[in-house]
Amino acid sequence: MKNIDINAAYKPEGIEGEGYFLTTLDKVVGLGRKNSLWPLPFATSCCGIEFMATMAAGYDLSRFGSERLSFSPRQADLLMVMGTISKKMGPILRHVYEQMAEPKWVMSVGACACSGGIFDTYSVLQGIDRVIPVDVYVPGCPPRPEQIIEGFMKIQHLVETESLRRRESEEYKKLLGTYGIQ
Amino acid sequence: MELKEKELVELAEKNYSVLNLGPTHPATHGIFQNVLKMDGEIIIDSEPTIGYIHRAFEKIAERKPYNQITTLTDRLNYCSSPINNMAWHMTVEKLINAEIPKRAQYMRVIIMELSRIADHIICDTVIAVDTGAATGYFHLFQYREMIYEIFEEICGARLTTNIGRIGGLERDFSTMAWEKIQKFMSKFPAALKEFDRLVTRNRIFMDRTIGVGSVSKEMAMRYSFSGPNMRAAGIDYDVRVMNPYCSYEDFEFDIPVGTSGDTFDRFMVRLEEMWQSYRIIEQAIAKMPEGRYYGDVPDFYLPQKEEVYSSMEALIYHFKIVMGENDVPKGEVYHSVEGGNGELGFYLISDGGRTPFRLHIRRPCFIYYQSYPEIIKGGMLSDAILTMSSMNVIAGELDA
Amino acid sequence: MLVNELGQLVQDKLTLNFGEGSSKLEYHYDFPVFIVSKDKLYDILTFLKEDKDLSFKYLTTMCGVQFPNAQPELEFGLMYQLHNMEKNYRIRLKVFMPKSDLNMKSITTIWSAANWMEREAFDFYGFNFIGHPNLKRILNMEEMNYHPMRKEYPLEDATRHDKEDKYFGR
Repeated sequence: MKNIDINAAYKPEGIEGEGYFLTTLDKVVGLGRKNSLWPLPFATSCCGIEFMATMAAGYDLSRFGSERLSFSPRQADLLMVMGTISKKMGPILRHVYEQMAEPKWVMSVGACACSGGIFDTYSVLQGIDRVIPVDVYVPGCPPRPEQIIEGFMKIQHLVETESLRRRESEEYKKLLGTYGIQ
Repeated sequence: MELKEKELVELAEKNYSVLNLGPTHPATHGIFQNVLKMDGEIIIDSEPTIGYIHRAFEKIAERKPYNQITTLTDRLNYCSSPINNMAWHMTVEKLINAEIPKRAQYMRVIIMELSRIADHIICDTVIAVDTGAATGYFHLFQYREMIYEIFEEICGARLTTNIGRIGGLERDFSTMAWEKIQKFMSKFPAALKEFDRLVTRNRIFMDRTIGVGSVSKEMAMRYSFSGPNMRAAGIDYDVRVMNPYCSYEDFEFDIPVGTSGDTFDRFMVRLEEMWQSYRIIEQAIAKMPEGRYYGDVPDFYLPQKEEVYSSMEALIYHFKIVMGENDVPKGEVYHSVEGGNGELGFYLISDGGRTPFRLHIRRPCFIYYQSYPEIIKGGMLSDAILTMSSMNVIAGELDA
Repeated sequence: MLVNELGQLVQDKLTLNFGEGSSKLEYHYDFPVFIVSKDKLYDILTFLKEDKDLSFKYLTTMCGVQFPNAQPELEFGLMYQLHNMEKNYRIRLKVFMPKSDLNMKSITTIWSAANWMEREAFDFYGFNFIGHPNLKRILNMEEMNYHPMRKEYPLEDATRHDKEDKYFGR
């Protein structure tokens, strides 16, 4: 048998010994959360088809822990908004966001979700950050699956490094207040 | 006596429940809403609401020069965008009476048939996923990736392709593009046969789809169906045969026609159409003529770079075309092609200006989705879901 | 059948049944186009569908048009396209009306496919179809109080604030 250098799973910094590993709680929680994000694919148009290609066998998104797509907001962690959001759809997007339980993250995929895209018209919402707070923006029309995966990895970085007390902090409440969400 | 009847009727009314098959729903592929009035599991009535992705294409088109409208047409039926691009180019070529050489037409046919295969792959695998058979989706999407690679080689983009130009194509197929097309052609039949063996004769699939969502011939004509949905109902209307465009009369292919218009027929018609598209591509590759890949349309097609750098006239034409100041004749024209879902038509009124005066897009999904409440009346909820996914309603084409 | 033969055939039939001058014939590319008056449109369409020789049983499409520079009686228009699939005849019909009188009789009783197409014409231009089962907006929000495709309204949203002209040197 060759002596293969096996790359074991990533472990956070800490002190280890015989049968114990000492680290801080938020590192462990971050590690657990980042590798088991359940996305809610809010796919409205062409970017949704690129998402279908990302979920298929070639660019498999379930390698990153999101094997189970949740269509129910109560059971989802990550809201991926893919495609154009029109003014008629805006209130519905907000209801879905409000129904999600904390902690929750939002990823806006595609030029139309980030800023209205090529549709500078009376009926298209010029960017979803007019109604909900967004964590990661993935530009492109439509973005390649590799770009969507990179956006996902950036969300994973945010999840890993987030403090456990962030969601009750004053700053977060003020952020939600600017959107009118209690 | 009368009062008792009225009471009975009111009691019966109270037992109906209202279910909102809302805009965001995993099973409706796209965002449109249906409010269903149900008696237990049976659907009594329904009211669809669309417009959740209305992007005002017709109004944007009044502002953009002719070359830039191609990027809008990509986003109509985004599962098969090259067909929409070619339809727009052919409409403008009809307006200016341009003649396109045979080689460019055959190349267009290959691109259109590849995108038709891509569109039907999505629809058929998604019908199978809705009945619970997800394996077909994972297997066949690899072939959709192969088609994406071919489009990437030809034009640079995977999904919203903006392929071709008014007057021909922007470049000839490179050797790498031909190799990728050959690789697709050699591997696809085995995969499609495997999908066929997996799903078509499966007892559960057949039980769930036969007799579900039937459409009669009279109803198909009344609701102006077109495309695979109409052919499944029994009427063989195919725009490629009735009003041939782009040299389709040179190719030999059959039109699959169903009998009862139910979900199984729609599935089978699309499956068989994939085989016929494969046949057309084989013939086009074998009979590909030599020649130029663009026609003589100096007002719309960019001149060759060598001429732009050396002659003043070509430089002026290049500038005018890029800035969108082409000379367009006045007139009104309607041209239709066989899109992935039916007859996709463009009605263009030009008043001589740099942008269209009025562009109306005849979208097949918008027209045949009106019949959905009538089709699902009296059926069960799960059948309604399957009917919707087999009708292949693409939200981009519904709202435009 | 050639375009001008078809045009002449339909024109003769219309003159026979609806009187001289009921329709004006033009040719645009490969379609004969008939301009008729809006009061007779419903009867003409019923006739075209039910006549044994013509039998245009398929409504391909319909849409609204607006010509702001034309005479006021001809400002708004509707276009209908019909198709006879057995013999492959295709024709187009147009009606014109002034802005003050946008009432039209609905043709949903002839072809059910006209239901949503008329709602779209109402949503975009403001035509009022009498006899339509459910005339409300279809693609825009119900609360919208103007008809967006009319030429006097701009494309962009009136309340946007980040694409100011002064930043772009206009």
